[in-house]
Amino acid sequence: MNLRPITEDDLHAYVDHALAPERRAEVAAYLENHPDIARRIAGYADQRQMLRVALAPIAAEPLPAGLNLSRMIEARTRRRWPVQWAAAAVLLLCLGGVGGWVARSSLQPAPGGLVALAQEASDSYQVYAPDHVRPVELRASDTAQLTEWISNRLHQPVRVPDLAGSGYRLMGGRLVPTSHGPAAMLMYDDDHGDRLVMLTRPMNKADQNAPMTARSTGEVTGIVWADDGVGYSLVGRVPTQSLRPIANEVRRQARTI
Amino acid sequence: MEQMLREVEPLIPALRRYARALVRDRAGADDLVQDCLERAISRWSQRREGEVRAWLFTILHNLAIDRFRQIKTRGAHVSLDETPESEFGEAAAQDQKLMYQEVMNKLATLPEDQRAVLLLVAVEDLSYAEAAKVLNVPVGTVMSRLSRARERLQREIEGPATPLGNVVTFRSVK
Repeated sequence: MNLRPITEDDLHAYVDHALAPERRAEVAAYLENHPDIARRIAGYADQRQMLRVALAPIAAEPLPAGLNLSRMIEARTRRRWPVQWAAAAVLLLCLGGVGGWVARSSLQPAPGGLVALAQEASDSYQVYAPDHVRPVELRASDTAQLTEWISNRLHQPVRVPDLAGSGYRLMGGRLVPTSHGPAAMLMYDDDHGDRLVMLTRPMNKADQNAPMTARSTGEVTGIVWADDGVGYSLVGRVPTQSLRPIANEVRRQARTI
Repeated sequence: MEQMLREVEPLIPALRRYARALVRDRAGADDLVQDCLERAISRWSQRREGEVRAWLFTILHNLAIDRFRQIKTRGAHVSLDETPESEFGEAAAQDQKLMYQEVMNKLATLPEDQRAVLLLVAVEDLSYAEAAKVLNVPVGTVMSRLSRARERLQREIEGPATPLGNVVTFRSVK
């Protein structure tokens, strides 16, 4: 029989009961033949037991009043009303802003569709990315439902890009209103909780196909482009050069629908 | 929020144990757990399905690290923890008390990062991958810290200052 060599990691996993039964048996056999190492590992197992026994009473203590979770949740829900009103006010202001912007656009030469899309993505980011209560309406666990919903509303198949390779995980998405019809907003975050928003919608007439362009509003950076009548805008609070490879990845995946 | 109550409440005792073993001071540890729960409530929608335990420990761990940093810069006084209330009889309680103090003293000799790994893995039963997530380091780093923590703690236990008899006592507990 050809055994895989026993590693230091195996020895720790043996102590922590983290080995599969076959490997555990192999390590046990190894320890039987190596009494010095076996002694060290027995010491580690004793430590583990000692820590567990000594610290167990802490977990058995009655919880102090300050850690009553249902009361904390209740207090939080009561406090949240003003926050929700504030959010509604912010949303109205944003809509007002978009409305004003649209009014302005009717007076000026019609802006390129891409410019509007970039603005819509940036607006969505500013409203939803800081939201800790409900940044998305359908979570990543409901991706199938999310894809079906936004594809139906946008009247075209929408593919939810997988950005794991870029370090971002899908949080979920929602439908957002724009002055050019419904758009799908997808939100991602990385291990630090930094969020990215991807907004996509059909382009009406302008900019049916457009190369990637960087567009930033304040601290929010964005990259916007269009392929075959569908516009995409990726925004976040990251430098444009870090956004570009992610945008390339979104574009690559969107093309494989 | 009902789901939150169901999933989070049973974990509070373990969160308290981790916080206490990490910072050693009862009131300070419970403050950390309270902050952790507040954050968990406000960020409940951001958690990942099926990873609630590791997620909570991550929040708690980051809060504890912030606190260590504050203590270091401000040089604040940390009051040492009193022994937890025991549910055993008086003699047993006395033994338990001694053992608890001794374990806490030995744990305190480990650097924070080693202590954290050892507690998460050996006491809180997090997998190596979960511990890596909580500490925001690769699994390889978890393994090397765990190895160093155990080596060092063993030296403390077998050191000349402590009678070897303890090891035997603890072994008999199994």
